[in-house]
Amino acid sequence: MLKFQNISKTYPPNTVALDNVTFEVKEKEFVSIVGKSGSGKTTLIKLLLAEEKPTNGRIFFDNQDIQKISSSKLPELRRKIGAVFQDYKLLPNKTVYENIAYAMEVIGASDKEVKRDVAEVLSIVGLTDKINNFPAQLSGGEKQRVAIARALIHRPEVILADEPTGNLDPYHTLEIIRLLTKINELGTTVVLSTHNKEVINYVRKRVITLQEGRIVRDEEGGRFIL
Amino acid sequence: MIVAANVFILVMTICAINSLFLLREVGQFLISSIQSKVDISVYFKLDTPEEDILKAKDDIAAVPEVKEISYVSREEALKSFTERHKDEPVLIESLDELGSNPFLPSLNIQAFEASQYQAVSEFLSSANFSPMVEKVDYFQRKPVIERIYYLTSNLNKAGIVFSFILVFVAIAIAFTTIRLAIYNSREEIKVQKLVGASNWFIRGPFIIEGAISGFIAALISFLFFFLVCWLLSPKLEFLFPDFHLFKFFMENYPMIILIQLLSGIGLGVISSFIAIRRYLRV
Repeated sequence: MLKFQNISKTYPPNTVALDNVTFEVKEKEFVSIVGKSGSGKTTLIKLLLAEEKPTNGRIFFDNQDIQKISSSKLPELRRKIGAVFQDYKLLPNKTVYENIAYAMEVIGASDKEVKRDVAEVLSIVGLTDKINNFPAQLSGGEKQRVAIARALIHRPEVILADEPTGNLDPYHTLEIIRLLTKINELGTTVVLSTHNKEVINYVRKRVITLQEGRIVRDEEGGRFIL
Repeated sequence: MIVAANVFILVMTICAINSLFLLREVGQFLISSIQSKVDISVYFKLDTPEEDILKAKDDIAAVPEVKEISYVSREEALKSFTERHKDEPVLIESLDELGSNPFLPSLNIQAFEASQYQAVSEFLSSANFSPMVEKVDYFQRKPVIERIYYLTSNLNKAGIVFSFILVFVAIAIAFTTIRLAIYNSREEIKVQKLVGASNWFIRGPFIIEGAISGFIAALISFLFFFLVCWLLSPKLEFLFPDFHLFKFFMENYPMIILIQLLSGIGLGVISSFIAIRRYLRV
């Protein structure tokens, strides 16, 4: 479903973020990408969202070459990919409900659909009682759950989580990872980038280890080894 | 603050563009009113018999450039002079003192266009009745006509240059305003992209913001023009009795509104567009 073919990314003048990376993610897989800061994890995520272009190589999503998607069709790609970030990227002046509804409004969903779907994703992430709170009134873990709810609202084929637990304490970290595994069990592909040892050892699924822009290890049921 | 500056410069630009339109109208009016007033008067010698003058009149009327020609006899000239100066006893008295009618019989010629007076006057100097002619007083007026031409065409040129400069400044300022707006909502734009908002969903608000400031500027300009025309009209009527600026405004206000809305919204949208192209990567 996701295919990276000989991907290299060099930031001018000569910072090599990714160096000839090739891997494939199958449908309904849960893949963790591990590596130190600066090993290229975030770059991988940005390339997938077509926020940046690789210097070399090709990326396929559902057998479609991402670089060949015209800028007017990019939003459609992004609706198929739910993204979650370390800094949540919630709008501070909107409530939980509005933050999630916003993602539906941009594609012109009706009020009725919005109401129904927002209630549904909020029950998945367990935040029904915080529906009218503003992000500032939520804990870090709750904010991240809102972000995950928003990522789920388009029923994406894949969830990309870029260090989703980076700002969270161990308790909330576990909570978020449990949520991601639950989403995966419901049938969504999950790509999780992290440098958190506990997370990887908890998930026990496929682990791709990056080091200085290269894949040094790719194993099923992997453990955190750096 | 920057929004106010934006609207202000848009108002100035709209007013400049609109003034061009008004200036053209005013210039046309001035030229046509002076053209209709300008004529060539051919004064004949005092003792020229009337039938010779009437024959000359027919000859001149045959010239294609001549629009109108009228004969003013000595008596008529005297009558219109006394009529015009009846409130000035000094003039009337001195006329009485003269004892006889000092006015020469004349032919009054009007051409279709100011540029044609040259041809008419050439005809006059070569005509067979030229020995009877005392004087032709076209050449005294020629500089006036030329000066009006010169003035209006130069004003128009200056207006166009000035408008161009203002258009440039207005686009630059509106552009900065929108750029700032884009910068202020960069977080929201990021989130919009993240959740898959279409490109026009993200760009739309900024285009609309440009259009709204253009619209507001157009409204202010219209009000401004209304006031200027209303206040200036009596004063201009004092100078040019036939020129009614306010009436002109009232007769042409749909056109004026249209010009102002088009230039205002056009400028706003164009500058938003440039700003989006440069600063809003989608």
